[in-house]
Amino acid sequence: MPARVEDRSRTILDTVVVVDGAPIVTEKKVDALTKVLKKLFSEAGRVREDGFYMPMGSDGKSKGYLFIGFETVEQADNAVRGMNNKRLDNKHTLLVNKFSDIEQYGDDDEEEEEYVEPPEEPYVEQEHLRSWLKEPNSVDQFILYKGESVGVYWNRKSEAPEATVNRNNWTETYVTWSPLGSYLCSVHHQGVQLWGGDEFGRKVRFVHPGVQLIDFSPCENYLVTWSPEPIQLIPENSPMRASFPFTAADEGKQIVVWSVQTGMPVRTFSSSVGQGAENGPGPHGPKKISWPAFKWSSDDKYLARVIPGQQIFVYETPGMGLLDKKSIKIDGVVDFEFSPAVINSTGQKGEAEHVIAYWTPEINNQSARVTLMTIPSKEVIRTRNLFNVAECRLHWQNKGAFLCVKVVRFTKTKKSTFTNLEFFRLNEKNIPIEVVELKETVINFAWEPAGDRLVIISTTDMPSAPGAAPGTRPPPGKVPGMPGVPGGPVKTSVSFYGLERSKGVAGQFRHISTVERKSSNSIFWSPKGRFVVVAAVGGTSNNTGELDFWDFDFEGEKKEIPGAEDVPANLTLMASGQHYQLTDIEWDPTGRYVATSSSMWGRAMETGYRIWDLKGQLLREDHVERFKQLLWRPRPPTLLTKEQQRDVRKNLREYSKVFEQEDIAEESQASKELIAQRLRLLEEWRAWRKAVEAEIAEARDGVVPLLLQSEEDGSEIIEEIVEEVISEKEEEIED
Amino acid sequence: MRPILLKGHERPLTQLKYNREGDLLFSTARDKIVNVYYSHNGERLGTYTGHQGALWSVDVDPTSTIVATGAADNTIKLWEIRSGRCIHTWNFPTAVKVVQFNEDGNMLLAITEQRMGYQGTVYVFPITIDVEAKQAEEPIIKFSSPENKFTKAGWSYLNKWIITGHLDGSVSKYDAKTGELVQKISVHEKEVTDLQFAPDMSYFITTSKDKTAKILDTKNLKVMKTFVADAPLNTGAITPTKDYVILGGGQDAKDVTTTGSRQGKFEARFYHKIFEDEIGRLKGHFGPLNTIAVHPAGTGFASGGEDGYVRVHHFDKSYFDFLYDVERMRPE
Repeated sequence: MPARVEDRSRTILDTVVVVDGAPIVTEKKVDALTKVLKKLFSEAGRVREDGFYMPMGSDGKSKGYLFIGFETVEQADNAVRGMNNKRLDNKHTLLVNKFSDIEQYGDDDEEEEEYVEPPEEPYVEQEHLRSWLKEPNSVDQFILYKGESVGVYWNRKSEAPEATVNRNNWTETYVTWSPLGSYLCSVHHQGVQLWGGDEFGRKVRFVHPGVQLIDFSPCENYLVTWSPEPIQLIPENSPMRASFPFTAADEGKQIVVWSVQTGMPVRTFSSSVGQGAENGPGPHGPKKISWPAFKWSSDDKYLARVIPGQQIFVYETPGMGLLDKKSIKIDGVVDFEFSPAVINSTGQKGEAEHVIAYWTPEINNQSARVTLMTIPSKEVIRTRNLFNVAECRLHWQNKGAFLCVKVVRFTKTKKSTFTNLEFFRLNEKNIPIEVVELKETVINFAWEPAGDRLVIISTTDMPSAPGAAPGTRPPPGKVPGMPGVPGGPVKTSVSFYGLERSKGVAGQFRHISTVERKSSNSIFWSPKGRFVVVAAVGGTSNNTGELDFWDFDFEGEKKEIPGAEDVPANLTLMASGQHYQLTDIEWDPTGRYVATSSSMWGRAMETGYRIWDLKGQLLREDHVERFKQLLWRPRPPTLLTKEQQRDVRKNLREYSKVFEQEDIAEESQASKELIAQRLRLLEEWRAWRKAVEAEIAEARDGVVPLLLQSEEDGSEIIEEIVEEVISEKEEEIED
Repeated sequence: MRPILLKGHERPLTQLKYNREGDLLFSTARDKIVNVYYSHNGERLGTYTGHQGALWSVDVDPTSTIVATGAADNTIKLWEIRSGRCIHTWNFPTAVKVVQFNEDGNMLLAITEQRMGYQGTVYVFPITIDVEAKQAEEPIIKFSSPENKFTKAGWSYLNKWIITGHLDGSVSKYDAKTGELVQKISVHEKEVTDLQFAPDMSYFITTSKDKTAKILDTKNLKVMKTFVADAPLNTGAITPTKDYVILGGGQDAKDVTTTGSRQGKFEARFYHKIFEDEIGRLKGHFGPLNTIAVHPAGTGFASGGEDGYVRVHHFDKSYFDFLYDVERMRPE
């Protein structure tokens, strides 16, 4: 019965796995290694008595691969699933395959014993992904998504934007730019696609069925996607299998980290851990996912996520392995944030390091605490104990020079809350901390980009329940770009703070000014600092959409502010505007324009967008049916050195003269064209009228019908009514 | 420009019409009555009562002797303007949507609604402008368009053609003597809601629910101008003496309860006829505008709304003075 024998040997071979990538050791250490590996693989199943075989080379060293036989096929399968790509240590990653697989694939290879040099692929010129930056006048682009059509347009200020590309059904849910503007990203049920170059051709495809949420790493090397549908393997024989990027190990996972360059997944994660603190472990309904699931360091080197109450997992790219192979266990940890910059921690030698800030609430008689820790060395560089804490929020300044922790604290009676702002100064020795105490509830807060001034929106009539304060992050499931803000006309006050500086030495944070009785709830700093828009955002019908344009360095007479004389600022309200039911505000990446829009997603009734200049002057207003999104294309960071940038700033007047002349020339050119166009229309119309009138007159042959006769050529009776006021009396009537 | 507010109806207005001299203004509404006012001060001259259903259309003959009305009680009535006496009634199987005299006042054009198995039909009746004369019962011509509902209609110059607007947004031209379809073009994406001629009938304006208005050449139905608005349009008129058009509309009546008058877009909009630019808006109504009529001398206009009010405006000096730079550069 040869068939049966064959069968049996198959089965035996199926229980054997081949392990590659093991450390190469000398005879002395073989036992130790064997012990380690046996222990490791016994997690997957029971290794057969004689099932462990590590071949030795003639040089007395192991060969780096070995064979392990399990008792059953299932156990072997288990080992492949669980141990493949297992990191043994920094240098060694195990590759585990079934012996039968290798034999099978090995057989295929035998057919081509002779090495055949692969044909050289002809060089294909790739489109420049950043070609839009070559526009001579640095005009910016934006996406307009309305109805089913997605288009990329050049901003033409007050003129209609000029389309470079416009496609119907380009996306199924929403579109977005990658953080440096290289790619346009469209989201479909089957996955995510990236488009770029002059013609917006398809550059990368990521297959992730049911994908809903996406997040790029800051340097756009990686993309994180989340789908509510766990990954299911496509059967081997399906024609789709070839383009399906996942393997058995990815089954059931929901979060995928992709490499943008290769378009392949680098690691998958399940989303069942990583519940956001704000969603709580409530039994009500399906658990929500907090997004973004991972927070990135500014250079894409680390990504991390928190398991609330337990630990922070920090992974290292590109291997996606856990940093030091273990998570950072922190009892009670709620949330953390990466600093946007690296620091050279407290004068020590060595490389600059990343910093994360995290906070823990009061647990087990321990006070609440904010901690700064360096990554990768995991060294705690500063802690701050806090009392009566309801909630903390961590706000880094975008250069990492400051961290502001917004602490919502209970009053002594625990019935209401108030807010403290704790400022950490990372650029100074020992990281000093300063506290600003506020009586009101802070609902929004924003640092000046690259600056040391800030805007705070606070209110007294907010419900004081902790966690009710709106985040700046969009709630899960919602499309990005829509800030989660409470409805209702909450009266707010807007306060401005600055860091005082006398003779270049940083002093304290001082209050500059407060504006009361506003309905604003959101702060939008110009990406270059100095200018800030404070606005009421939300699609509710009672949102009037007030917009205030502030300048922190107004070039005019400086007003003296008592108590803040040394703060380098001259705050002026430049203009106020309105955009009824506005749902989104975005500065263009150069800080020259502000786009406000009301999207149908925000339930706005009057959809469309407006473009303002930085001074708050309305340039363009466009009502667009079924308008969804306006997104400015981000720009990569400037390539100019600090010195060059300083030169530009010094000679700004010279440059601005040139630009002003160009603007005037362009405007007069445009108005000339407009006048010429109107003249043409006028003359065309008049010529046409003349021809038609002549034609009709001829047809009428002098007979003009009654209706068209002018009444002047007959006598007519004119009835004249003269009204005269005879007397006027005012009486007060009481009910 | 302070309007005169006329509250003569209890239901939404359906049509306004000035007589040839412009001293009288006729209004019809869904409340079964026809009113006539002095246009200069809004004083009501009288009311014509007798229809049993909502009125859809009104027109006055060039001598201001007879007024014709079409109504949902499936009749056209002729009235003596002076006395308010009904002098003739024609009966139809369905409601009458449009009545219009020709330029000589000796023919009356009417269209009836397509409903209950009856086709929408265009009729032309001979008219004798004499309140004592007996009017002919039978039409001169009668034709219908089975696949395409009529919404509006009007006479061209010299009684040559009848121009009709349709539910599908198309515009047709029929020979007025034979009833033969001469030309049909697709103009709008949605229903044609109004069709009004320039004073000499050589071009006309159509408005539509597709939020646009267009000016077409009567002779070849070529689209000359397009005006884009931000709300569905119900009515539009061409102003004599000045090169403007006035458009009116607003959110559909059924959606109005869900919006405030702020977003209802119930303003009368002024566009420049030649340059197609919007040049002004006039607020006032708190419902969509259903009808606009312009004074034949171009000195004012009247608008009637879903809100039941008629607003009569007399133009200010600035209206007449406004000119584009190019118009100043090249005076006619």
